[in-house]
Amino acid sequence: MLTGFVALYIFMLAAFTGYEIIGRVPSILHTPLMSGSNFVHGIVVVGALFALLNATSLVEQIIGFFGVLLGAGNAAGGYVVTERMLQMFKSSDKKKA
Amino acid sequence: MNAQLIIDASYLVAAFLFIYGLKRMSSPVTAASGIRVAGLGMLVAVLASFLYVFGVNDAAAPHLNVNVALGAAALALGFGWAWWSGKKVEMTAMPQMVALYNGMGGGAAAAIGAVELFRSSAQHETIPLVVTIIGSLIGAISLSGSLIAWAKLDGRVNGTWRFTGLQLMNGSVFFATLALGLYIAFVEHGHAPVAITAAFFALALVFGVLMTMPIGGADMPVVISLYNAFTGLAVGFEGFVLQNPALMIAGMVVGSAGTLLTLLMAKAMNRSVSNVIFSNFGATGDEGQG
Repeated sequence: MLTGFVALYIFMLAAFTGYEIIGRVPSILHTPLMSGSNFVHGIVVVGALFALLNATSLVEQIIGFFGVLLGAGNAAGGYVVTERMLQMFKSSDKKKA
Repeated sequence: MNAQLIIDASYLVAAFLFIYGLKRMSSPVTAASGIRVAGLGMLVAVLASFLYVFGVNDAAAPHLNVNVALGAAALALGFGWAWWSGKKVEMTAMPQMVALYNGMGGGAAAAIGAVELFRSSAQHETIPLVVTIIGSLIGAISLSGSLIAWAKLDGRVNGTWRFTGLQLMNGSVFFATLALGLYIAFVEHGHAPVAITAAFFALALVFGVLMTMPIGGADMPVVISLYNAFTGLAVGFEGFVLQNPALMIAGMVVGSAGTLLTLLMAKAMNRSVSNVIFSNFGATGDEGQG
C-alpha cells in the first residue's frame, strides 16, 4: 500500500502542485483562495467518517462523531463562504467591464 | 472488493477536481467556477465514502448500525449548521467564519488521530504512530488557535495577553506537548494510559490558545492563513495514517499552497510571518519583545 517512499512521492508532488497553483496570484484573490483551500481540506470529513465507521468502543464513537461533525462543518461552511466571496467578485467584475 | 474499487476511483476523480478547481480559483476570470469544480469533487468523495460500510473490519461489524446512524447524524448536523451559518453571515464577517470552519477541519484531523490513539486494540508501527501524533498536534493547535482568531475578529475576546516571559511560557508549553507526544510514541508505543493521551491533546489545545492570544486583530488574516496551512498538513498526515490518498493529496496541496499564501499575505502587508507571530505588533511599541 502507500508506505514508505510512495507516500513521500505523493507528498512531494502534492506540495509542488500546491506551490505552483498559488504562485503569481493577484493579491485581490488572497482571501478567496485562503477560503477555497480551507474548503478543500474539508475532505477530512471522509477520513473522519472512515474512523467512525470502524469504531469499536464508546470513546471512539464519541470522538468519531465529533470528528465527522467538525469535518462536515469545515466542508459545507468553506463551500458556502467561498462561493459567496467569489460571487461578489464576479458581479463587481461585470460592472467594471 | 468492488466497493473499494469505486472508492479508489472516486478519490482519484476528487483529487483531480480539487486541484483543477484551485487552479481556476487562482485567476480572477475563472475564480467563480473554480469553487463549483472543487465542490463537485467533495460531493463525489463524500458520497463514495459511504461505501466504507461494506468494508469495515470484523471488530467493528457488530457496531455498524450505531456507527452508520451516528455518521449520518453528524454529517447532517455539521452540513446543515455550517450551510445555514455560512449563508446568513454578514459579508464583513467572512474572515472569522473562514477561521471558524478552518478550526473545525483541524479538530476533525485531531479527532482522527485521537480515535487511533484511544483504540486499545490497535497495532501501531513506529512511523504511522509518529505521523498520527504530529498530525494530531498540528490539528489541535489549529483548532484552538482558529477559535481564538474567530473570537478576536468577532469581538468576543478583546485585548491581547502580553507580559514578560510570555514567549518563554509558550515555548515551554510547546516543548512539554512535544515531549508528551514523543513519550506516547516511543515509550508507550501508542498504548499510553488514557490520562496521558488526554493530557497531550489538552496541552496542544492550550498551546494553540497561548500562541494566538498575543497577536493583534490587524494580523489575524495572516494568522488564519497560517492555521489553514496547518490544518492542511494535519489532514495530509492523518490521510497517510488512514492510507487515504485523497486526504494525503488534498491536505498536502493545501499545506503548501496555504504556506505560500501566508507568506504572500504577510508580504503584501510589509510584514514577515515570524514578525506576526513573535513580535506583538500593533500594541504599545516594543515592550512585548524579548
